[in-house]
Amino acid sequence: MLKILKYSFIDLARSRWTYVYLLFYLALGFVLLFLNNDLGKGIITIMNVIIILVPLISTIFGVMYYYNSAEFTELLLAMPINRPLIFIGQYLGVAISLSISLVLGLGIPFLIYGLSQSAAIWDFSLLLLIGSALSFIFTGLAFNLAMRNDHKIKGFSYAILLWLFLAVIYDGIFLMLLIVMEDYPLDVFALIATAVNPIDLSRILVLLKLDISALMGYTGAVFKSFAGTLPGMLVASGMLFLWTAIPILGIFRKSRRKDF
Amino acid sequence: MVCAGCNYAKIGTAVDAADPFDTVLVAKGEYLEHGIKITKPLCLIGENYPKVNGEFKGEIITIFADSVTVDGLFLVNVGTSYTVDYAALRLVRCKYFDIKNLVLERLFFGIYLEKANHGRIFHNKIIGNAKDEYNSGNGIHLWYSHNIVVERNIIQKVRDGIYLEFSDSVSIRNNHSRENLRYGLHFMFSNNDSYTNNIFDNNGAGVAVMFSKFIVMTNNVFKNNWGSTSYGLLLKEIYDAEISNNRFIKNTTGINIEGSNRINYTGNHFESNGWAIKVLGACYANVFTQNNFINNSFDLSYNSKLNDNRFEGNYWSSYSGYDLDRDGIGDVPYRPVKLFSYIANRTPESIVLLRSLFMDIIDFSEKVSPVFTPDNLVDPYPRMKAIK
Amino acid sequence: MIAIKDLNKTFGKNQVLSNLNLEINEQGVFAILGPNGSGKSTLIKSLLGLCIPDSGEIQFKGESVLKKHHYRNNIQYLPQIAKFPGNLKVKELIAMIKDLRKGAIRYEEIIEKFALEESLNKKLHALSGGTRQKINLLLCFMFDGDLIILDEPTTGLDPKATVYLKQLIREEKDKGKTILITSHIMQFVEEISDELVYLLEGHIYFRGTPDSLKQKAETRDFEEAIASLTEQD
Repeated sequence: MLKILKYSFIDLARSRWTYVYLLFYLALGFVLLFLNNDLGKGIITIMNVIIILVPLISTIFGVMYYYNSAEFTELLLAMPINRPLIFIGQYLGVAISLSISLVLGLGIPFLIYGLSQSAAIWDFSLLLLIGSALSFIFTGLAFNLAMRNDHKIKGFSYAILLWLFLAVIYDGIFLMLLIVMEDYPLDVFALIATAVNPIDLSRILVLLKLDISALMGYTGAVFKSFAGTLPGMLVASGMLFLWTAIPILGIFRKSRRKDF
Repeated sequence: MVCAGCNYAKIGTAVDAADPFDTVLVAKGEYLEHGIKITKPLCLIGENYPKVNGEFKGEIITIFADSVTVDGLFLVNVGTSYTVDYAALRLVRCKYFDIKNLVLERLFFGIYLEKANHGRIFHNKIIGNAKDEYNSGNGIHLWYSHNIVVERNIIQKVRDGIYLEFSDSVSIRNNHSRENLRYGLHFMFSNNDSYTNNIFDNNGAGVAVMFSKFIVMTNNVFKNNWGSTSYGLLLKEIYDAEISNNRFIKNTTGINIEGSNRINYTGNHFESNGWAIKVLGACYANVFTQNNFINNSFDLSYNSKLNDNRFEGNYWSSYSGYDLDRDGIGDVPYRPVKLFSYIANRTPESIVLLRSLFMDIIDFSEKVSPVFTPDNLVDPYPRMKAIK
Repeated sequence: MIAIKDLNKTFGKNQVLSNLNLEINEQGVFAILGPNGSGKSTLIKSLLGLCIPDSGEIQFKGESVLKKHHYRNNIQYLPQIAKFPGNLKVKELIAMIKDLRKGAIRYEEIIEKFALEESLNKKLHALSGGTRQKINLLLCFMFDGDLIILDEPTTGLDPKATVYLKQLIREEKDKGKTILITSHIMQFVEEISDELVYLLEGHIYFRGTPDSLKQKAETRDFEEAIASLTEQD
């Protein structure tokens, strides 16, 4: 598998999209920091980017890579290599390279800016960590969709729909439910609904650092015992881990059954 | 002179024996005393902070006379009662007093002024251990007391740091009030007072001003007041006040305004608050100018569609307009009230959707055509840069 | 060497292989023939583990191959269409394959015979179809396995290369290997194969030597004989 990972990596390192992605983050980081001069505001913008764009880009990139490397995959499939490992290797190649682009692209401007001395370094590291987790989650989901749809356009459409659902529609439904049921205690429901969607969960994890003062105004006792406490962080990390593990498992299962 | 081996081993007997305008010096040591009564003009001075231990039996010192100075004592273990407000030091109907350099610990009420006027409370340190509101007292308590200066005191972990009721012309300067259960500073029915250069940190709420007129609030810092009913500054039925050059940082609500009219908010700095300003009920003719609103989750929230207040020339960090004529004023008006703040008021749980793409989208649509928020509530001249 | 029992495979509603049984124990060249959609490719892919059969059993050298991968070390496979990652150079591709699968022995010789030296530094997407097929053959024949599977090996080859391909096949056969071939070039099949396996509608319709087929069809022409197999149906 490490060899597959290595060649996926080499392949991606030649792909111009990897550099577009890296340059995009570099540009974003520099623009935010040097035109804005306000670290707090910069971090808020970066949070929006990470919560919304990272899943979108990971999804598209994952689907694209899967379809584009079909030839490579077929070449490998006839080799004495365990089938799931081929796909897991490719998946890891994409997810890791996306994460590296993100961390380098945003990290370099912030390091140059002198973030390492500032107190924001932990918040910022958390952001990058969450961004990487989202890269893994959405690349995995994209691979699953692509593996289940041999038709490229179909696979792409499903992937975009999935992103749209988790990034926007889910929250819309969530809000409507909250408003419709506002007479009932919604504490636990709100918490579970948030934890179930990886985008919402990541957002809340960042908000706990950025908007803690507003979140603390919320009366829910369950929420308070969750927010910012160690068990809360553990549950949240557990959920993100689960969201990473399930797509990987899906890749495993599908790769054992798929025909080429 | 009072000490263990002196003529007077007790402060009480020394005070009783002193002539008016004498000075009673208390040497270093521990004195198990309470119920010391000062009924004549006197200087009571401790050397190297002698410890006066009230053994939780009641009030330690009570002053009934004018022109009394108390300086440099360490008062501990005030009695707690549900019927009598025991204080470490109480002043009753006296004038021209000077209470300074005291250290108070394990107290019920700290310094209690009862119809005492024209005095100074200077450089005292009051450290309580309050856990519940019902059985704790206030650090500095003013009741029907006018023309007082409260300066450079440190007050922490009591119920209200400084409490004023029916007390006018009081000046509160350079105090540090923190970790108090209820309010850092609390005004009730008190007029023409001012407080400046104070720091209110991590209280139940920073400052509560209720049913008072002509209060001047300048250069104070309100920070870290977190919780569902926590405010940096709570205004209730306040008229004709001046609130300028204060800093509100990391409060759940920076200023909570209820039924308050004709107040000028100028040059204040709101940063990283949940709600910078929350306006509830009818508030008329308030003017907000030259304030900075930076990285607050919500800059402003209204619970009604009516607006009679003016917002002009403030800096809003979430303003996304442009300035083509480069005069430092954005060319497009800014709408500080978001639809989401309205929703979050109605359904508090929805706060978990803060900064989600969906909320940004509906906020944007509300911005384009306001339905739920006051449509005349705009800052027509938003600044492009924060005011230094 | 190969034992296939009751193999079934459907794609959607289309039953491609139905209860197919095939046993090949001899050495030599076996041509797998049949009209389009008869299941040739599916059969080969099942054997290689590229397709997962619905039911049935495939054994290679006495051991089931389903869900295994090590047995592929012993198989040399030439895919029908030469698909390569386009942004790799030829020599990088060769290096990669050699890295992924140990035991490459005779690539230098094949490179020389196919005159591939000049192409080594070119990117794969810049190559002509014939050259790609040569690379494809190189990647297949540079290994040493007991079973060789060639899916349309002659596609796009010039006569010189075809001659060398036949030579390669004969050399491998002489080493005592089993070779499975599919091809639409009947002349090539007739020339090279020892035995025919004719698939029709998912099962084996005819099996025998080219001569026995010609006898059966009562014709001297091999292509006609093959065609007549379908007509009888």
